[in-house]
Amino acid sequence: MSGWTRHTGLAIALDRESIDTDQIIPARFMSTPRSQGYGGFLMRDLRFDANDEPAADFPLNRMPEASVLVTRRNFGSGSSREAAVYALVDFGIRVVIAPSFGDIFASNSVNNGLLAARVDAGLVDQLIARLAGGSAEATVDLNDQTILVAGMTIPFSLDEVWRQKLINGWDDIDLTQQHRDAIAAYRAKRKAIQTWAFPVAETDPESAAQT
Amino acid sequence: MTGRTLLDKLWADHEILRRDDGASLLWVDRHLVHEGSHHAFAKIAERGLGVAEPGLTYGVVDHYAPTRGGPATDAIARMIATLEANTAKHAITCFGLKDPRQGIVHVIGPEQGLTLPGLLVNCGDSHTSTHGAFGALAFGIGATEVSHVLATQTVWQTKPKSMQINVTGQLGPGVGAKDLALSWIAHLGADGGRGHAIEYTGQAVRALSMEGRMTLCNLSIEGGARFGMIAPDQVTFDYLRGRPFAPRGADWDRAVEAWSRLPSDADATYDRVVTLDAAEIAPIVTWGTSPEDALPVTGRVPDPAGLDSARADRVRAALDYMGLTPGRPLTEVAIDQVFVGSCTNARIEDLRAAAAVLAGRRARVPGIVSPGSQQIKAQAEAEGLDKIFIDAGLDWVGAGCSMCVGMNGDLVAPGKRCASTTNRNFRGRQGRGARTHLMSPAMVAAAAITGHLTDVRDLLDGRIVS
Repeated sequence: MSGWTRHTGLAIALDRESIDTDQIIPARFMSTPRSQGYGGFLMRDLRFDANDEPAADFPLNRMPEASVLVTRRNFGSGSSREAAVYALVDFGIRVVIAPSFGDIFASNSVNNGLLAARVDAGLVDQLIARLAGGSAEATVDLNDQTILVAGMTIPFSLDEVWRQKLINGWDDIDLTQQHRDAIAAYRAKRKAIQTWAFPVAETDPESAAQT
Repeated sequence: MTGRTLLDKLWADHEILRRDDGASLLWVDRHLVHEGSHHAFAKIAERGLGVAEPGLTYGVVDHYAPTRGGPATDAIARMIATLEANTAKHAITCFGLKDPRQGIVHVIGPEQGLTLPGLLVNCGDSHTSTHGAFGALAFGIGATEVSHVLATQTVWQTKPKSMQINVTGQLGPGVGAKDLALSWIAHLGADGGRGHAIEYTGQAVRALSMEGRMTLCNLSIEGGARFGMIAPDQVTFDYLRGRPFAPRGADWDRAVEAWSRLPSDADATYDRVVTLDAAEIAPIVTWGTSPEDALPVTGRVPDPAGLDSARADRVRAALDYMGLTPGRPLTEVAIDQVFVGSCTNARIEDLRAAAAVLAGRRARVPGIVSPGSQQIKAQAEAEGLDKIFIDAGLDWVGAGCSMCVGMNGDLVAPGKRCASTTNRNFRGRQGRGARTHLMSPAMVAAAAITGHLTDVRDLLDGRIVS
């Protein structure tokens, strides 16, 4: 995954609270391999009606080239499905701005280069009002943690660990493998002192086989 | 030195190292995988990596498990086969459909004694907080993190803030852990616990069985908290003793000694403290499309008139989706069907509670009862609970996630209204256009009998339900 420090793209408003992960990607699409692309699944049941006709006035249908999504509190609440982030990223979304995010969603976002930027609810209100039904160019800067959009300069909050990870495009597995010795030492000590922390099948396969 | 919380102790016990930026590398004692883990297995395959600790990794078929006959579609069959192939390839024990240990991952972990106090438990599922009921550090992770745990048996995590939810007093008859959970979520909001690990304390929490504690911790994520936990005590130890994968002999004694040191110290402090009085909690139902949209069943459908405009818009949209009229008593809301099941409420005690209300009565609407595991199914049948459900007119089906998420094809039809013991009333969660009302198993049973949302306390007649 490549890192980034600045993104410029079109911002649109999705004026709803609590867009949960079941709305971001309905469960029925989750057996699809990632290689097929998840962009078409994004908010499928909000973007299309029961007859699979697109809802013309839905913001993402009106402005499919948008890459910055402004929305209300509790975005991405619910399931741990990383597929919700795949759907956003594959659709072309790079930044979501909201007063609050589901914790697991926010963590999954970082692992896919998507910024979940927490912004004061009052500023989100103003921004949604300014965007109204339209769009505006937005520039998001990870270095100074601000968003320039619709004549506003908006600060955002982001965990420092996550900010570094987005900027550097770090891969956790590579990082962790540098700590191989520390992990092995921890394991050896745990197994010696806290044998109970290992399942019976690990320490005594015969007794597990009897169960 | 100030006292340490259960969270502090669990965190310190698992921290291999901490970076300057505050991220901790934590050891994972148990990693549970299911069909949805296919993305993570694909990620390690792409990089040519193996599974670091197959002996600490367990697989189970649950999200796509058929509850009647075989898999409903080829895609569903393929999801199950992929898990079985991935676990076989990496020598991971997998509880497949024919294994008597199969069931919902958050039910079978504790049932098998894989979940223990003092462990760190990860699973690619947000309801992993369930395992915190044992005094474990348990949290749901996404696919990238699952692939990291598979490859390294560790997880990077920044320590969350601590939050105590202290529940004083006693829950009344017909009121249980589900009502307690929905009650605090309604109070603090669906993002009220964001960034925090919740420790549930107080007399009402201590009085809960392990089943009740699991329900409470399970729903932590619905209030925004990735972690929920309860300090282990004799109730915990009694539940675990003799479970297949639990420690034995001298190891058991050493474990209990270690677990007994886990509860928060008397002088420990939390970043946030919330106190609730159990006696004030009534049976709760949800009316909207977020778990925070919850009210005592004695209440009325909210009226957007009189709310501030942003709030009014959201309530109006939820009522529109749910097909509800503002101001109407909740008990007048007619339902089309019921569902008893899921990682929230499909354990033996949940089935007993629903059966106690249904015994000798008929349901006015159709519904299904899906036990949380094959073992629970067998136990319920030994107790004759299956007969009570069948005599009431409900379908008694196999174990899995079933109609909570509909991945196996157990769906609520568009526009239909379901009284459900599950965890999410999100739009489309139980099927496109499905209308979900969350409540306890006893409350679902009561709704089944009358055909509308009902205060189970009116149907108790001396029956004990919790």
